[in-house]
Amino acid sequence: MISPEGTVSFWEYLGSRRERLVFETWQHASMVFQTVLVALVLGVLIGVAVYRSARLSAFATSAAGVFFTVPSLALLGLLITPLGLGVAPSVVALTLYSLLPIVRNTVVGLAGVDRTLVDAARGIGMTRAAILLRIELPLAWPVILTGARVSTQLAMGIGAIAAYVNGPGLGEQIFSGLARLGGANAINMTLAGTLGIVLLALLFDGCFVLIGRLTTPRGIRV
Amino acid sequence: MSEARSDPPPGGATAAGPPAADDSRGIELINVTKRYPGQRTPAVDDVTMTIPGGEIVVLLGPSGSGKTTMMRLINRLIEPTSGKIIVAGRDTLGLNPTELRRHIGYVIQNAGLFPHMTVATNVGLVPQMLKWDRDRIAARVDELLELVDMDPATFRGRYPRELSGGQQQRVGVARALAADPPAMLMDEPFGALDPITREHLQDSLLRLQEELGKTIVFVTHDIDEALKLGDRIAILDEGSRIAQYATPKEILLDPADAYVEQFVSGGQMMRLLQVSRVADVPLQSVPEAAPRDDAADVLARIRAGKTGFGIVLDERRRPVRWIHPEDLDGVTGPIGTRGMATATPIRARSTLQQALERLIQIEHDWVPVVGPRDVYQGTVTLGTLQNALREMKDRGRVRRRGTADA
Repeated sequence: MISPEGTVSFWEYLGSRRERLVFETWQHASMVFQTVLVALVLGVLIGVAVYRSARLSAFATSAAGVFFTVPSLALLGLLITPLGLGVAPSVVALTLYSLLPIVRNTVVGLAGVDRTLVDAARGIGMTRAAILLRIELPLAWPVILTGARVSTQLAMGIGAIAAYVNGPGLGEQIFSGLARLGGANAINMTLAGTLGIVLLALLFDGCFVLIGRLTTPRGIRV
Repeated sequence: MSEARSDPPPGGATAAGPPAADDSRGIELINVTKRYPGQRTPAVDDVTMTIPGGEIVVLLGPSGSGKTTMMRLINRLIEPTSGKIIVAGRDTLGLNPTELRRHIGYVIQNAGLFPHMTVATNVGLVPQMLKWDRDRIAARVDELLELVDMDPATFRGRYPRELSGGQQQRVGVARALAADPPAMLMDEPFGALDPITREHLQDSLLRLQEELGKTIVFVTHDIDEALKLGDRIAILDEGSRIAQYATPKEILLDPADAYVEQFVSGGQMMRLLQVSRVADVPLQSVPEAAPRDDAADVLARIRAGKTGFGIVLDERRRPVRWIHPEDLDGVTGPIGTRGMATATPIRARSTLQQALERLIQIEHDWVPVVGPRDVYQGTVTLGTLQNALREMKDRGRVRRRGTADA
């Protein structure tokens, strides 16, 4: 895997490993996108299920918070036993980490909807489901989206550690580099992995700004 | 009640007879009680009340009197503990609550418009839930915006935050009227508006009501608002005890107890002027004439009358001129355009206060009164108003003595 010619410049390294780097970048992006998407669906469902009870809300937020206190390396390691190596433990761990900001923001967003508006919606004869789908979720959406944005940044970074369990993505570059620190191209590998993740993070963040503008109704845009 | 306001709505079922149509649109509360768990006294305690169809009934009381609770029982935003509520002839407890609410307009303080929806979407919500087709909803939205004095082209695409408080509340009323419900509940709708806007919207509501004849339950803690808007007022004490349920005039002239008296005390006569309408007082009759009438006939009519002059009406019976015997000296044939132009008439549905202001401002002692389509109904002077007020006061006093004896 390491080129026998010894250390080359960073640009030469990028050129020589282009195909592999593009593939790993794509893997990383795809992994983060999918885990955040799953976390978004799960997180909003959990948020919707608990937001009307103060006790359940507190429980859901702190339960999601518990995962946060587990170091990512430890969580990944623990997941090897039930799930083995590779994609499965990486995706599960990332989804669990992504849940917290989304659940918390969904609960906060839904609880922050003006109660008089919900009263007005009931008063004109909207059903519970219609109130949730047409009034509460659209009004809470900007807050939920902010949660998803935080989750994405989180998943970007933690996703690199997935390489520890042979997970997909740019983490492989970083781990390989760190493993041969002092050896040929070690710095190049680590740098390529790190910069790739930073660039992806910026790209995703840009996408969130765009999604935010496109999906927030004009009447509540700030 | 003024004649103008108890008239059936235009296009109403005249064949079936207005009283029957009115009854079917009314609301009835029968022995309604609402008890919250953990509270010793019920919020609403065994209330029985009939709200006649096509009238504005105001629930008036301080906060904590249960007036809002009582209103919310009607569309089942709050479920009664016991009792029965009938809206437009149907027992509400036998209906699906969301279905029921779609057929009762609901207006709250600050309008409660949904900020992420345009004015058109907000107004069209109920028709949309009732599965109207898109064109019908669009047409209805425009019609309703016109009705509340907002230009559809300008406002239908706007968002609530782009409107003033008064405009938002107009849209709120339009939304409540969207599916043409027989009844409407209004919970302090104008409470958060500045006094000028509030006054303006109150006038608009009265004008609208004249046209639509809805059964309206209106909650407020403002006695002046209650007197101005209410065909009837229910003054509520704690536990929704109805201290008095009567017309504004009866409440002013004949308060049922000390509690009601404390509510209306101060400026009773001035308030009486505000709640009484010109149509309620006996008008002066003046000999009438038409431009084509013969001068000699008219002169004879004037001489027969007590006023010493007559009034000339045009072919649609609108007042145009006063005519005095001097104007007819030596005239033969039709009277034509002789005489002196009358002052701008007072409308029969104006309050006595408005009439009084007019009489003080203008030079004439006599002012004609007109009803719908400017048709002449009679004439008022300062003396007419004075007599009417004195009579009302006397009647109130007699009644109070009567109730005190009993």
